[in-house]
Amino acid sequence: MNSIPAPTIEYGTLAPLLVVFGAAIIGVLVEAFAPRYLRKAIHVPLTLLSLAGAFALVLVQVLRGQVSTTASAVGALAVDGPSLFIWGVILVLSFVCVLLINDEGHFVASAAAVPGSADEEEAESAGGGHTEVYPLVLFAVGGMLLFPASHDLLMMFVALEVMSLPLYLLCGLARRRRLLSQEASMKYFLLGAFSSAFFLYGTAMIYGYAGTVSLPGINQALARGAALDPLLMIGLAMLGVGLMFKIGAAPFQAWKPDVYQGAPTPITALMASGTLVAAVGAVLRVFWVGLGNLDWNWRPVIWGVAALTMIVGSILAITQTDIKRMLAYSSIAHAGFLLVGVMATFGTAEQNASSLKAILFYLAVYGITTVGAFAVVTLVRDPGGEAGHLSRWAGLGKRAPMLAGVFAFFLLAFAGIPLTSGFFGKYAVFAAALDSGTQPGDSMGGWMAALVVVGVVASAIAAFFYVRVIVLMFFSEPSADGPAIAVPSMGTVTVIAVSLLVTVGVGLYPESVLGVADDAARSLFIR
Amino acid sequence: MDLYVPILVLAVLAGGFAIFSVAIAPFTGPKRWNRAKLDAYECGIEPTPQPVGGGRFPLKYMVTAMLFIVFDIEIIFLYPWAVSFAPELNDAGQAIAPGLGLFALVEMLLFIVTVLAAYAYVWRRKGLDWD
Repeated sequence: MNSIPAPTIEYGTLAPLLVVFGAAIIGVLVEAFAPRYLRKAIHVPLTLLSLAGAFALVLVQVLRGQVSTTASAVGALAVDGPSLFIWGVILVLSFVCVLLINDEGHFVASAAAVPGSADEEEAESAGGGHTEVYPLVLFAVGGMLLFPASHDLLMMFVALEVMSLPLYLLCGLARRRRLLSQEASMKYFLLGAFSSAFFLYGTAMIYGYAGTVSLPGINQALARGAALDPLLMIGLAMLGVGLMFKIGAAPFQAWKPDVYQGAPTPITALMASGTLVAAVGAVLRVFWVGLGNLDWNWRPVIWGVAALTMIVGSILAITQTDIKRMLAYSSIAHAGFLLVGVMATFGTAEQNASSLKAILFYLAVYGITTVGAFAVVTLVRDPGGEAGHLSRWAGLGKRAPMLAGVFAFFLLAFAGIPLTSGFFGKYAVFAAALDSGTQPGDSMGGWMAALVVVGVVASAIAAFFYVRVIVLMFFSEPSADGPAIAVPSMGTVTVIAVSLLVTVGVGLYPESVLGVADDAARSLFIR
Repeated sequence: MDLYVPILVLAVLAGGFAIFSVAIAPFTGPKRWNRAKLDAYECGIEPTPQPVGGGRFPLKYMVTAMLFIVFDIEIIFLYPWAVSFAPELNDAGQAIAPGLGLFALVEMLLFIVTVLAAYAYVWRRKGLDWD
């Protein structure tokens, strides 16, 4: 019989993860033992402190220069420079999202009650929403941290589930428009389960080919094995479907508008920022660390997916009449821009580091702008909930100039207008893509330039619908029974202020974040 | 290829028997309808009441089944742990491989505590009360 050696676990390196998951478990115990009226008072500081503490632990590792260069936890996780940067971004984004979640009135009092029934009224009058939201968010955030840091496909699958399962639930907890929220939860769950199955089946196929699920192990097997093995091709395709679904790339984008619209807006903000950041990180790691030796096979496919995603996202956004659906399609288009960056991770270490830097920078600035935009959406309200329909936003610039101005600025940042952070994000990604096309030995040479042209055209189309909303807000008359502007709570004000500051600040001094992204990217993914 | 012939024959036999049994039953079986027979089958007991026109319905079977699965997996996980816990001895009683020791004890306790946290939540939220 073979004995199992006791593994070594790098607790210091994994501390941010342990803090988040530990707080989530304490949150479950709070739900179990604390009286109802005390729960929120315990959850809020616990959640915020654990996220801030985890962020501090990430900072400590970076500032002390203790970024690990080998895989941790017996090769299951890789806490390298890019991982730490992504962790930092996710922790900041989830911290501000929790500030939004704290606001009263986003979550249903009793999710199990039939919408419109006496049960629901009774729960509603008893007051308070589901406080389970806090531990669920912490579990989801923990999954988001694990996902891009996974060093083997099984760990990545577990992370995917830990991230997704709480989000499926959270989507169904919106207080208003219950049926829409339940529909969102159901659709997300079914499609998400389907894509998880694809991911898992792809993992099994690749294991069949490589004899290992470890990402560097797969890459080594690719270097010495027959490359056009059907097992490998089927596995690669299925793994790709699972990952592309999570970032919402076309043709797997169908869930995004429905789920973003139906979910409670703070949760939409968390999904549109944190989940996208985590999923793009995981895509980078799988394709670069695991399938790097196969790049002449997957890059043409990703080329097509990226082009399609940018075009579909931009064009379908024009036809949307709901603000959250429009932002969802905008998120799809941005996923496409990010995939352009993924295409550029090719060739020399220098080239890889510069395109990685571009993507990390893009993720950070796009994430924070997104949270800000959704925070504004929570404030424009009708009697039945948030004023979703775009026609309700007409003339908002005259009734609430500050709010409309801030929202207009976020939209300009999404469009990538100079002097906003979005401009530098897009510029960095497109420049990296053009650079990679000129690398010697890149078979995709001219195609990269073509992709950038598609990207620029898609940005122009996207700019049209962003500007259309701004025109609607400032240059049309407000209707007499226009939506009410809720008095923002301290949390919401903080979220909008932070997002605005970062969007303006990084737009004026992009070096601030670019420098950090550069340091993180230089250490590259552990291979 | 010859190796597969018996398997093929067995598959044909099994499939044929299944189809034959289902097809013959309506013609040969006695039909004595009563209320219990027309009810939804639920482990041979009174079916869970369903609200007319949609609404809440009890999930007690689901909660019980989920708890069973969680603790079932925990036990399965404990087996290899218990086997590797102590140092491996040869016939003469000398250790030939170190056991997992204190590290594994602490890790397993942590694992059990996390599972118990979920259990405590179910218990406090009255998930264990049948009615």
